[in-house]
Amino acid sequence: MTMQIADSVSLSSPEAKARAHAAAARNNLRTEPRAVRVTIISLAIAFLTVFVVMPLVLVFAQAFSKGIMAYITALAEPEALAAIKLTLLVAAISVTLNLVFGLVAAWAIAKFDFPGKTFLITLIDLPFSVSPVISGLVFVLLFGAQGYFRSWLRDHDIQILFAVPGIALATTFVTFPFVARALIPLMQEQGTQEEEAAISLGASGLQTFFRVTLPNIKWGVLYGVLLCNARAMGEFGAVSVVSGHIRGETNTMPLLVEILYDEYQFVAAFAIASLLAMLALITLVAKTVLERRLDGGEDRDH
Amino acid sequence: MSAIAARRRTLPGFGLTMGLTLTWLSVIILIPLGGLFLRSTELSPEQFWAILSSRRTLNALRVSFGLAFAAACVNLVMGSIIVWALVRYRFPGRRIFDAIVDVPFALPTAVAGVALTALFAEKGWLGAPLAALGIKVAFTPLGIFVAMIFIGIPFVVRTVQPVLQDLDPEIEEAAGSLGASRWQTITRVILPSLAPALLTGLALAFARAVGEYGSVIFIAGNLPNVSEIAPLLIVIRLSEFRYADATAIAVVMLVVSFVIIFAVNRLQRWAQNRVPVH
Repeated sequence: MTMQIADSVSLSSPEAKARAHAAAARNNLRTEPRAVRVTIISLAIAFLTVFVVMPLVLVFAQAFSKGIMAYITALAEPEALAAIKLTLLVAAISVTLNLVFGLVAAWAIAKFDFPGKTFLITLIDLPFSVSPVISGLVFVLLFGAQGYFRSWLRDHDIQILFAVPGIALATTFVTFPFVARALIPLMQEQGTQEEEAAISLGASGLQTFFRVTLPNIKWGVLYGVLLCNARAMGEFGAVSVVSGHIRGETNTMPLLVEILYDEYQFVAAFAIASLLAMLALITLVAKTVLERRLDGGEDRDH
Repeated sequence: MSAIAARRRTLPGFGLTMGLTLTWLSVIILIPLGGLFLRSTELSPEQFWAILSSRRTLNALRVSFGLAFAAACVNLVMGSIIVWALVRYRFPGRRIFDAIVDVPFALPTAVAGVALTALFAEKGWLGAPLAALGIKVAFTPLGIFVAMIFIGIPFVVRTVQPVLQDLDPEIEEAAGSLGASRWQTITRVILPSLAPALLTGLALAFARAVGEYGSVIFIAGNLPNVSEIAPLLIVIRLSEFRYADATAIAVVMLVVSFVIIFAVNRLQRWAQNRVPVH
């Protein structure tokens, strides 16, 4: 058995080499010497290892550095549970709002022609290029101590800053473009023929949307929601400005990471951080799967 | 043309969805941003100038813009190397490395901040060997630089990668068979085709690093005039109720962001209008 394998290897190996050489000669015009290739691959791997892999591994190593019991105890703290609950609530609010907006905006922008379309898309994209701190600041200027709506809010006894509505607003601002940006190119590519057919067969607008459009864009919707949710749960700068850091009340998970870290409670800080890191990793895996599905769908349709 | 336009109008809901889109866009984005600009007009030009030319503000802006540009340049070079390795070569773990390029996008900035700080602190996995060499990273401007490099990685890679993938192999082969050396082919044929994407990636990485807060403040040390970034100075001014100061700094940063968006849009139009290399 072993002899046979050894034989076949020794036989096929020069052949394989010859084949490789022939292929190499053909590709010679499009590739670099071996030393250059190895250097470039090593540089890429080394850079990604130092800047991406090591920080990720470190989060989990620190979180479990005092054992699994310390990890679980840290997560079971009332403050941690309150932060997790608030994070889920805020993400649910802002993802829902941005999902509805994304669907509505994508319908208007992708299915109709009108002047100023590019400009409108640029406006939707704005939050991507605004510093998170400024995204929080704008709401402080509207609702804060010297804000434009200050007296109106006081008269009606509405609390926005340092409370859930402010955190949800800032998060919605920051995550505004995700769903719309995922859907607009997808729906533009799909055109309007199927919808026109449905309408001409007598379907209502809503029926057409739910029975024709939505099934076509469901993976795109999921993709947008996924990215929107990851950012909503992880947002730090904008939320930090509007939250007021009231312990057990207005601290989301990223804010609690900061507080625990500043108090040298490293295991607890990294335990919360590890949950957020897991969220990021799950999001990335799901994103990769969805991207393949979206690309695959394209291939089948065209 | 008009037939197409007329047919498109047969779909219902344009008025309703466009109305909702514009309303919601105004409520969430335009009015809050407009409020910021309105607030800044309440300052006289002298006040505005006095805030911006104060030593601490100038230093914060210098730290943010200077280090963000340096980090974006590192991202440009390293991003190009990563793209080249991912697109042109096959090596074990390639798909995993391709996927983890997006980690800085997906990882919450506060998590990145504490992780990088622990990694580069004097007793950290990388901080310790660096400290032995006499290099202190955490709690110095170098730490800010490191964090800005981290968050900028995906921008260059993800803008350049699809362009390199779509590059027609024949033009390279043509250059090669016409006697160009490999180096000439890369610098005279490939690089010019990638130039718009490279510049776009550079601009996006720069814009992101300038405004970055979460991943920077843990590792920065936050010493006024030395390692204090502009977004942190905004937060500090807010906590001191010096809203005018916060507003003035924010307006400067916003205007720079808008200029960058404009430049990126222009770059993309330039890339589209160039003679396609097919």
